[in-house]
Amino acid sequence: MNFKGKAIKYGDNVDTDVIIPARYLNTIDIKELASHCMEDIDLEFRSKVEAGDIMIAGSNFGCGSSREHAPIAIKASGISLVIAKSFARIFYRNSINIGLAIIECPEAVDGISENDRVEADLDAGIITNLTTGASFKTKPFPEFIQKIINAGGLIESIKNGSIK
Amino acid sequence: MGMTMSQKILAHHAGLEQVSAGDLVLVSVDRVLGNDITSPVAIREYEKIGQAGVFDKDKVTMVMDHFAPNKDIKAAVQCKMCRDFCGKEEITHFYDVGRMGIEHALLPEKGLVIAGDVVIGADSHTCTYGALGAFSTGVGSTDMACGMATGKTWFKVPSAIKFVLRGKLNRYVSGKDVILHIIGKIGVDGALYKSMEFVGEGVSSLTVYDRLTIANMAIEAGAKNGIFEVDERTLEYIRERSDREPLIFTADEDAEYDEVIEIDLDEITPTVAFPHLPENTRTIDNVGEVMIDQVVIGSCTNGHYKDLAEAAEILRGRKIASWVRAIVIPATQDIYLRAMEDGLLKIFIEAGCVVSTPTCGPCLGGYMGILAAGERAVATTNRNFVGRMGDVKSEVYLASPAVAAASAIAGKIADPREIMKG
Repeated sequence: MNFKGKAIKYGDNVDTDVIIPARYLNTIDIKELASHCMEDIDLEFRSKVEAGDIMIAGSNFGCGSSREHAPIAIKASGISLVIAKSFARIFYRNSINIGLAIIECPEAVDGISENDRVEADLDAGIITNLTTGASFKTKPFPEFIQKIINAGGLIESIKNGSIK
Repeated sequence: MGMTMSQKILAHHAGLEQVSAGDLVLVSVDRVLGNDITSPVAIREYEKIGQAGVFDKDKVTMVMDHFAPNKDIKAAVQCKMCRDFCGKEEITHFYDVGRMGIEHALLPEKGLVIAGDVVIGADSHTCTYGALGAFSTGVGSTDMACGMATGKTWFKVPSAIKFVLRGKLNRYVSGKDVILHIIGKIGVDGALYKSMEFVGEGVSSLTVYDRLTIANMAIEAGAKNGIFEVDERTLEYIRERSDREPLIFTADEDAEYDEVIEIDLDEITPTVAFPHLPENTRTIDNVGEVMIDQVVIGSCTNGHYKDLAEAAEILRGRKIASWVRAIVIPATQDIYLRAMEDGLLKIFIEAGCVVSTPTCGPCLGGYMGILAAGERAVATTNRNFVGRMGDVKSEVYLASPAVAAASAIAGKIADPREIMKG
């Protein structure tokens, strides 16, 4: 799995209420959810995000509500990968389940600034900051999660029988 | 090697003798829960599986509580989607307006969760049922969809932090103060991915409702679940509501814990979490002068009868400050009825509060008490993130029902012990 894009960076404890405020949860329309993504902490997000961009964040990213609308909105806004120091557990599950790539790598978070060009090769476990030339190692996903991702998400993995 | 309470429940439901922290296990679930926000996404995903019928009509539960009674046309569409699905699938436990309550108060009350169960819910506060000795945790809508289809879900077996409780709470101090104290101590990611296991002689001094409040906010420390040792009080609560036989799991003597934290209940004082994180706690003597515009007493955290009774004790015969709007939300219809019969609603209304039908409403900034820029609320709810109850420039201070009631009277954050003195 390869990703390349510019970095959009946030701090610690980014919660699902700011990723997609509850006042917009009266719909499950993916485009509408994406149009309000991050607006309570970053009104500029919608104008600066481009397809393939990589979101960088601190610890406990996605804490709070279980709303799957949060990773759905991030993915639909064009973000291809989220790199954080750590993720809140429900957000982590939800991202895997809907096929939003996410990876924990504290060193990469510290070594990447807003607008840096970033490349990530998750099979090789290497994240490279193309702007500074620095590179960082990551851990591969556990096999169980790889199965889900390879199937294209949890629903597909049930349909194809890799989870019974 | 010994297992924690949570690990034993997971092992039992995975059909395994032994599990260890970090193992990935597939477990059978006793209940799959969703609400009017998360279920529509789950239904969309469930229908992609193309299965004829859910795994068990009695074990899927949907509760219309977040934006119900429908706050707008879009909310009405989402509730209708759930209603139609539950009708078609003949779901036994579908709770609509008139029968619904806030999900995590309703399920224990209806006897739908008992000790030893594994429950997943597409709502982060599903961890509440650990108060009854169940392993319960929040998941997303896709997990809910797969749970509805298969009756199973996967977990990474969590490690745990053990909280040893001693002593008993002082007057005007409750479960909310305990959990805010703990989150203030360990932080909003202090228990990330872990179980919070509550044991010790202090447990028996806590009412089941205090335990429900504490387990409810385990997620606010990042935990996977919060769970209490089962005692006579738990069993009495369960037996009044369910015919099923509870399964009691206790941790092994040699269970491994990442950390052991001792909590002396006698030393806990009323505690308030300042914006914009539940870990920003201060004891009531350190809050300073914080003027407020609104008070909310309710939610899955503190909308139980006990919570309303504690607020009513303080509000009885008093008036709230002229500049404060106080909104009281009984969590279920049974609580509402009992509050009416016992005269609590009269106390609230005479004090100047408004009483709403059960709903999550303002807790997540849905409706029924949204804040404007610059406004402040003291709320018995569970989160005080940016924009949680309204404008991004509004502020939420989390507190117990007693502190919320005292603050409504004073018009600023206040100590219930001071109000009751004079």
